[in-house]
Amino acid sequence: MDLENQTRIKDLTEKYGNENFIVVIGGAEAEASGLTAETVSTGDPTFAGPLSGVSLGLKAYHVFELKEQVDPDVYEEQISMMEMVLEVDEIIKEVKTYRK
Amino acid sequence: MFVNSLPFSTFRGDDIMNYPVVKGAAYALIQANDMLVHHGTTQTSERRKNIDSEHLQNLPKHLRSFEAAVAYPPNQVYIGNIPPDELKNYENSVQGASRDGKYGEIMPEDEFIALLKIVDVFDLVILEEQFQFEVKGKIADHPVLQKLKNLDKLEKQPSSFEQVQKLVDDHLAQPLYFKAKLVGCVKKAHDFDQALSDHVMLENLVSKASAAFALQLLLMKTDLQAEDVEYIIECSEEACGDMNQRGGGNFAKAIGKMCGCVNATGSDTRSFCAGPAHALIEAAALAQSGIYRNIVVLAGGSATKLGMNSKDHVKKGLPALEDMLGAFAIHIDENDGLNLVIRTDGVGRHKIGSGSSPQAVMTAIVANPLDKMGYKITEIDRYSAELQNPEITEPAGAGDVPLSNYKMIAALGVKRGDFEKGELAKVVAGFGMPGFAPTQGTSLQGFHLLVMQGK
Repeated sequence: MDLENQTRIKDLTEKYGNENFIVVIGGAEAEASGLTAETVSTGDPTFAGPLSGVSLGLKAYHVFELKEQVDPDVYEEQISMMEMVLEVDEIIKEVKTYRK
Repeated sequence: MFVNSLPFSTFRGDDIMNYPVVKGAAYALIQANDMLVHHGTTQTSERRKNIDSEHLQNLPKHLRSFEAAVAYPPNQVYIGNIPPDELKNYENSVQGASRDGKYGEIMPEDEFIALLKIVDVFDLVILEEQFQFEVKGKIADHPVLQKLKNLDKLEKQPSSFEQVQKLVDDHLAQPLYFKAKLVGCVKKAHDFDQALSDHVMLENLVSKASAAFALQLLLMKTDLQAEDVEYIIECSEEACGDMNQRGGGNFAKAIGKMCGCVNATGSDTRSFCAGPAHALIEAAALAQSGIYRNIVVLAGGSATKLGMNSKDHVKKGLPALEDMLGAFAIHIDENDGLNLVIRTDGVGRHKIGSGSSPQAVMTAIVANPLDKMGYKITEIDRYSAELQNPEITEPAGAGDVPLSNYKMIAALGVKRGDFEKGELAKVVAGFGMPGFAPTQGTSLQGFHLLVMQGK
C-alpha cells in the first residue's frame, strides 16, 4: 500500500478507533489485495511504510464481499463488469484470511 | 479509436476516402542495464534509504547480455520481426535473432550513450576520450545513425576519466556507466535552477535521443522523406523548460531537427501513458482536415522507469526484464487508398464526468464509440489494448494487463447482449493478442498488429 495512504489510515484510526472504521479494497489481484488487508491489520509486511510493525487491527473487506450492502443499480453500473473479469472467489478468500 | 485495414471493413456513413491513414511506423529499443542500475527510480530510491541493501547487491547478477535481450521474443515482436500472434509459439530465446527489425532496431547502451552526446546541443554530455573514440567508429558504421545531423559532436570535448569522475563527485553531473565502468556524465545546465538539474537533463536527453533514433528509423525504413514532414507531435512523459516555465516544452522540434525535418513545426502533447492516444487523434484530425501533410507522432523512452519492478524480478529469480528503453514514431497522412485507415468517426472519449471505475472507462472508450459507429463488440475482429509484457508485470503482482483489458471488453459485450457469458473466454481468445511491450509508459504498441497485418 502506498506510503501516503498508510499515513492517512494510521491517522484516521487514531482519530476514530479501529472499531468504527473498516477498509474497503478494490484490488484486481488476490495477492495484492491480501497485501493491503495484511498492512491495515497486522502491519506493512514489506516494511516500507509508516505501518511497518504497526498493528492497527483494522478489518479490510474487498468490495466484492459487500455486494449485499451496495445499491444494486450502483453495483451493476460500477462493478458488475469486473465480476466477469476477475477471480472473485480467489480474491475474497485471500482478503478474508486477514480478518480474524 | 478504431483503425481498419482495407478492404476488409464495411463502412456505414462517411466516404472512406476522407479518413486519414497510417503510412508507417518505427519502433526502437535500447538496452540500458547501467542506466537501470544507476537511474531507475526503484534503485535510486533504494540507494537513498539503504545503500547496502540486498536488492542493490543482488541486482547486478540479474542483468541480461545484449544478445539475450535481442533474442528475447517480446523484443523481437516490438521491432517487427515476429507478429504478436506468434509469440505463443516461443518458450525460449529466438535462434539467430537480429538486432535489426522490419520496423525498428535494438541498440546497445554504448551506442546510445554516444547518441546522447550527438543530440546534446548545450555541451552537457561529457564522455571519456577512449570510450568516445571507440563508439564514434561504431556510429560512423551504423547505417541508420550515420545519417543523423551533428555526428561531429563526437569529435568534441573528449575528457579524461579523472575529469568525468570529478564532475560526478562534485555533484555537478549524473554519471553514465557502460558495463559497470564510468564512461561519461551529463552535467547540470544551471547553477541552481532545479528544472535544469543534472537529473532532469539526463532524463530529457534520454527521451530526446531515443525518439530521434525512432524517427531516424522511420525515415530510413519507410518512404517518408525528412523534408516532407510538416508536423511532429511528441508525446513522452518528460517536461523540458526552466524555472520560469518548467514544462514549456517542444521536444518535438528539437527531435525533428536531429533528423533533418527542416520543413516541420511541432508541439508536445502530455497525458501520461495515454499521451500517444491523444497525439494520434490530434494527428488524424490535422491530416483529415488538410491542415498539415505528413504528421509524425513520436515519443522516446524513460530512464527512470528502467527496472521499476526489478525488486520482484530479482526476488523471484528472473532477469531484470525492464532493461529496455522504448521509443516509437508513427507517420499519419491524408488518405492514399492504400494504407490503414483511421476511423475518426469512432473515437472514444473518457470524459471528465465519466467516472474512473474500470467499467466507466471501458464504456466511455470502447462501448460508446462502437455504438456511434453502429458496431457490436463482436463485430470488431481485433482489439489492441495496452500491450505490456505479462512476464514483466505478473511477478510484480500487476497481472496480465492485456488479458485483463480483453476480458473487460468482452464483459462489456456480455452486458450488452452481444454474446453469452459462457463464451467469454472464447471471444477473448479470438480478438485479443499477447502483450510484449516494455513498461516504458508511452510505447504505442497497439499499432504493431495492425501494421503487420496491413503489410
